[in-house]
Amino acid sequence: MRSVISVYVENKYGVLARVAGLFMRRGFNIDSLTVSETEDSRYSRITITMDGDENSREQLISQLTKLQNVRSVKLLGGDSTVEREIMLIKVKNTPENRSEIMAATEIYRAKIIDYTTDAMCVEVTGEPSKIKAFIEVMKPIGIVEMCRTGVVALDRGANVLEK
Amino acid sequence: MIMNGAQIAIETLIEQGVTDVFGYPGGQVLNIYDALYCASDRLRHILTAHEQGAAHAADGYARVTGKVGVVIATSGPGATNLVTGIATAMLDSVPMVAITGNVPTYLIGRDGFQEVDITGVTMPITKHNYFVTKVEDLAETIRDAFRIAKSGRPGPVLIDIPKDVQEAECEYTYAAPYDPIRFAQASEALISEAADMINSAVRPYIYIGGGAAREGLSREIIALADKIDGYIGSSLMGLSLIPNSHVRFLGMQGMHGRYASSRGAKEADVIIAIGVRFSDRAIGDVKQYSKNAKIIQLDGDIAEINKNVSVDIGIVGDITSALLKMTELCEEKKHPNWKKKIETYREYGKAIGAEMEKNAGDTLTPKKILDVINNGKNDNTVIVTDVGQHQMWTAQYARFERPRRLATSGGLGTMGYGMGAAIGAYIAEDERPILITGDGSFGMNMTELATAVTYNIPMIIVIMNNGVLGMVRQWQTLFYDKHYSSTVLDRKTDFVKIAEAFGARGERVDSAESFKAAFERAVSYSGPYLIDAAIGMDEFVLPMLPPGAKMEDIITEDFSSSDVSSDDENEKDGAE
Repeated sequence: MRSVISVYVENKYGVLARVAGLFMRRGFNIDSLTVSETEDSRYSRITITMDGDENSREQLISQLTKLQNVRSVKLLGGDSTVEREIMLIKVKNTPENRSEIMAATEIYRAKIIDYTTDAMCVEVTGEPSKIKAFIEVMKPIGIVEMCRTGVVALDRGANVLEK
Repeated sequence: MIMNGAQIAIETLIEQGVTDVFGYPGGQVLNIYDALYCASDRLRHILTAHEQGAAHAADGYARVTGKVGVVIATSGPGATNLVTGIATAMLDSVPMVAITGNVPTYLIGRDGFQEVDITGVTMPITKHNYFVTKVEDLAETIRDAFRIAKSGRPGPVLIDIPKDVQEAECEYTYAAPYDPIRFAQASEALISEAADMINSAVRPYIYIGGGAAREGLSREIIALADKIDGYIGSSLMGLSLIPNSHVRFLGMQGMHGRYASSRGAKEADVIIAIGVRFSDRAIGDVKQYSKNAKIIQLDGDIAEINKNVSVDIGIVGDITSALLKMTELCEEKKHPNWKKKIETYREYGKAIGAEMEKNAGDTLTPKKILDVINNGKNDNTVIVTDVGQHQMWTAQYARFERPRRLATSGGLGTMGYGMGAAIGAYIAEDERPILITGDGSFGMNMTELATAVTYNIPMIIVIMNNGVLGMVRQWQTLFYDKHYSSTVLDRKTDFVKIAEAFGARGERVDSAESFKAAFERAVSYSGPYLIDAAIGMDEFVLPMLPPGAKMEDIITEDFSSSDVSSDDENEKDGAE
């Protein structure tokens, strides 16, 4: 089961290491982890997507809550959450596949951000499922390399993380 | 007042109510030791022989008093020598503050002499840790460290202070210690649900652990047991909370628990677990554990609920008030059948013990040693152990009447814990502690005899000397075809001469009578006294519930001289 967890942490020395270390030590599997500044410079927000059953998810949330630098932890996901991820994907640019790449880019509302005679770099933004679908389309064309930011997510409406 | 960082550190410790610190000096804590020197009339420093001993001493000090134990060490090897002591405290939730020096900030990351990233090293074994980069932050960091160490579920906190931060100056103002933060009140709805569950049960069993012991809930737990007509079993960490003389107390459960206690947990229809973490050593096979019982768990730490065992009701919050409320809501009950069953288990357990003693004849056995110790100590005596067979024998036979009278490394299982911890226990209370150890464990940190002699600590050291690493050997006997790989010590160490060389006294005994006489001499001696007690290498810790095994698989007979597999049937009969 995939879960998205938002963690509001103090912007202090070693916080990321503490959070990442917890995952390693307790044997949780992270799919992605992002850290960024928030509206308040004293705090950062960590968004984690993980795979695991309900029990290990509850354990993880409880263990995260115990870290001294963690202010609050919230399980996101489902209809009440907006999720986005950015991917940069570089594909081979050949006369045969050029039009296909451009068509896919158009349909996925992605952007070509770099273009040379032998490669193109496409920026795709969207939910992880969209990113995944775009990768599938590019696979037969020939992916040179790719990079994803990992999921960022917020509650819809006026709901906020307890701070 | 303007002070340098080292002085601020010492002033802040004093402000936090610290009267004794354990430690070992070195290059990067010279400033702190200078400040200690100037404050020696207000803060006593106990110099150990090794930093590990200092960490265990701070731990022992904290376990018997409930106060925060403090240890100081230098950078690099000084700091890494604390690691085992810090992890020991972490696993048993002991409040501790460790202060280390480090190379100056401008040298950090350059692998300077005796530099180690100790905050990185100790991240997973501390409740929290700090690397202080500005002298202005120092006092507040130390105050925070104390608050964290003693709040909620206690634990060790490490503060790493680079040398230039110790030297830098800033304004220091006194501040009163923060009150520890207690766990929030538990959900009343869940408490009342739990009470309903208990009210409809007929075989209630209360399982207590370190969390209950720390809160000193003896009377409260006995009151609940009396009201619901239940019995009390304990984890290793829960020992000494309920008096052994109490009729409702069945002793330790688990791998080497008392028969009645482990059996009680198996046969119960409701288990009220208070401040326990369901360690694998205490419950055996997680899936099999009391699968016919409803389990109610009370704990302050939310992460303990459903961590090892899935429970029916998990009550998170302040366990003292939750327990009182729950007791109030429970109905007065009588369960004569349960009582009868428990009595049968007790009798059976006693019979196993009596049989073992009968077979032993006149030879000196662990049980006989513990009998002498029980008779020779008073209710206030702290018993300290190391780790191994002697620890389990102590857990089985030592009798406690008051809380916080046992200091033992339960979670981490640290051989070598005892010498330091006993020193710490004495420094805390000025009361003669008894260290029960083994020849293996004692060999690890016996260098702390130097400390015991220097501070003239009247501790009694009882070495249950079987010449082997008995616990591992027991496993090899039972599960590894008697392949005694590296467990037969065959050392020529003369512990009596060692004691004398350190300036302590010692003697070697090999019979119950001579042990009793030696113990009397030890009690009347004013300094550390070592008794090297020879016991048989085939003494087993029994009963034994093999790892991951069901209660039916309990081993109650000594198999050292027979073939284990052929006795399978008898084993099962014996347990039923």
